[in-house]
Amino acid sequence: MSATQTVASAGSARWKQIVSFCRRFARNPLGMFGLFILVALLFCAAFAEIIAPYDPYLPNLTARLTAPGAEFLLGSDELGRDILSRVIYGSRLTLLIVGLVILTSAPIGLLIGVVSGTYGGWLDAFFMRVTDVFLAVPKLLLALAFVAALGPGIVNAAIAITLTAWPPYARMARAEALAVRNSDYVNAVRLAGASEFHIILYHIIPMCMSSVIVRMTLDMAGIILTAAGLGFIGLGAQPPMPEWGAMISTGRKFIFDQWWVATVPGFAIFIVSLGFNLLGDAVRDLLDPHLKARS
Amino acid sequence: MAATASPHFLRARRLTNALVTTAITLLGLVALTFFIGRVIPIDPVLSIVGEKATQEAYDKVYYALGLDKPVWEQFTSYTFKLLQGDFGTSFTTTRPVLTDLLSFFPATLELATLGLLLGVALGVPAGVASAYWHDKWPDHLIRIIGLIGYSVPIFWLGLVGLYVFYYKLDWVAGPGQIDVFFVGIVKPITNSILIDSLIGGHWDVFWNAFSHIVLPVCLVGYFSMAYLSRMTRSLMLDQLTQEYVLTARLKGANEFEVVVGHALRNAAIPLVTIIALSYGGLLEGSVLIETVFGWPGIGNYIASSLFRGDINAVLGGTFLVGAIFIILNQLSDVLYATLDPRTRELRK
Repeated sequence: MSATQTVASAGSARWKQIVSFCRRFARNPLGMFGLFILVALLFCAAFAEIIAPYDPYLPNLTARLTAPGAEFLLGSDELGRDILSRVIYGSRLTLLIVGLVILTSAPIGLLIGVVSGTYGGWLDAFFMRVTDVFLAVPKLLLALAFVAALGPGIVNAAIAITLTAWPPYARMARAEALAVRNSDYVNAVRLAGASEFHIILYHIIPMCMSSVIVRMTLDMAGIILTAAGLGFIGLGAQPPMPEWGAMISTGRKFIFDQWWVATVPGFAIFIVSLGFNLLGDAVRDLLDPHLKARS
Repeated sequence: MAATASPHFLRARRLTNALVTTAITLLGLVALTFFIGRVIPIDPVLSIVGEKATQEAYDKVYYALGLDKPVWEQFTSYTFKLLQGDFGTSFTTTRPVLTDLLSFFPATLELATLGLLLGVALGVPAGVASAYWHDKWPDHLIRIIGLIGYSVPIFWLGLVGLYVFYYKLDWVAGPGQIDVFFVGIVKPITNSILIDSLIGGHWDVFWNAFSHIVLPVCLVGYFSMAYLSRMTRSLMLDQLTQEYVLTARLKGANEFEVVVGHALRNAAIPLVTIIALSYGGLLEGSVLIETVFGWPGIGNYIASSLFRGDINAVLGGTFLVGAIFIILNQLSDVLYATLDPRTRELRK
């Protein structure tokens, strides 16, 4: 954006930015494909009752382990439940975990990073050491240990993943805050009498947002895979919940004779995480301020 | 400042800094496992003696764990025990956790090392090719293969692999490290069955172990390749757009010389540190792969201990892998500093 460009108002400038972002996004076919997968996932989660042909919880013991066919499009599991319906309902659990983790880890990390970068001193040193420790420990193992202590369950799994997911946000927000805190415009606001709280909220956090959004979209695929991994080991969502990882875990016993029980939910995980990866790559190409500066 | 300091002094100071950082991070890891083990469970005593224990048994464990002492005292004694290699006793195997971990570790190391070698052998050339034919079809193909590797759940791919290559095609052996038939034939020397059977000249054992390890190694290698090809690609793209590449071409160097002799050589330094770091990631990723393949490694040990509520074993395993991860992290920093001539000479 050149300095000579004149805009009517901040509002219309923001609007123009959004429109141009959407236009450039639409030109990226892989990104659009990712967006399509995400929309399909949201659709399944919203209208599960209408789309799903069967009740995902109701056992039908006469139809146990039926192969995919006319009656059960993607087969049935060991209790005769329709796998397609369970996968459709499972989209809700996937979204729940991703939502819980993203909506807690990003703000926590952002807050720690911004406070740390703005105030500096021993507070900064302390927070950054803690962040380093969390970054240095392998994520899945840490999540496993947390769940082991907290007890299995879908919310505990989300908490455990959150505890391992916040440090990169803190690092990023701190770097942005350090870059901005003594810039001329922030000093100008400070001279005008704004409190530190006001500066953090209205001037520093908005500067971090585009990096945070990029990171969030790229993180989502990883969160889905970690949650599914916890479910697979048996520490995430518990049966009879139709969580995809847990479904693979129960289907594992039948992998050689009834392959569809474990295979179908795996495809769902794969497609959704592929969608988030494609979306994340596309958003990063458009939003990442560092990439922009390079090109 | 830099003019007066000798290179030896600088190197010593750098080493001290690295050691101090490692020590602090390790202490943080200790605090983390301590926190998880002692603070989060509502009652650590109950998790040992069970709900129906008598008051007497409860008190005995309560004092044995030192829970009557202040938290900081518990923490220091915990830290000193860890320093002496005392990770506590596993409730299930009744052996010291460290003994257990050391006996399971070689299997994990074998899997992760072979997987990493495969990942480097495939990923680095793929990344170079991808960068060289930037935005042409080889680039797209390699990126798609990598993207699939990023998106697919590893445990699921393991199951599908077992179904296809073991059950349907019968190309490889099933889960486990070796067939029961061959157990105990080889004299343990390095504790890696592959190497030990080679040393002992037991070819039948070697082939059996090999056919067991092929599939998990391919999977680990694939995931490692997905990551390394992406990293190599981005490093190579940075190098190939530099002016020295143009200069080399203008001087008439052939393409192979330009790409491998000049660009890859410059990308190699950060690449080595990335590879070292990803090794730690592979050790961690082994939890899922080992569960699928019933591989007798540390990941499997941690996962099965989780179910038996064996918190000492879980935390011991977490600490060990975490410590290796942290040390690899620091080593790769040091490696970077020693390999890169710029940081070697210009550091102030």
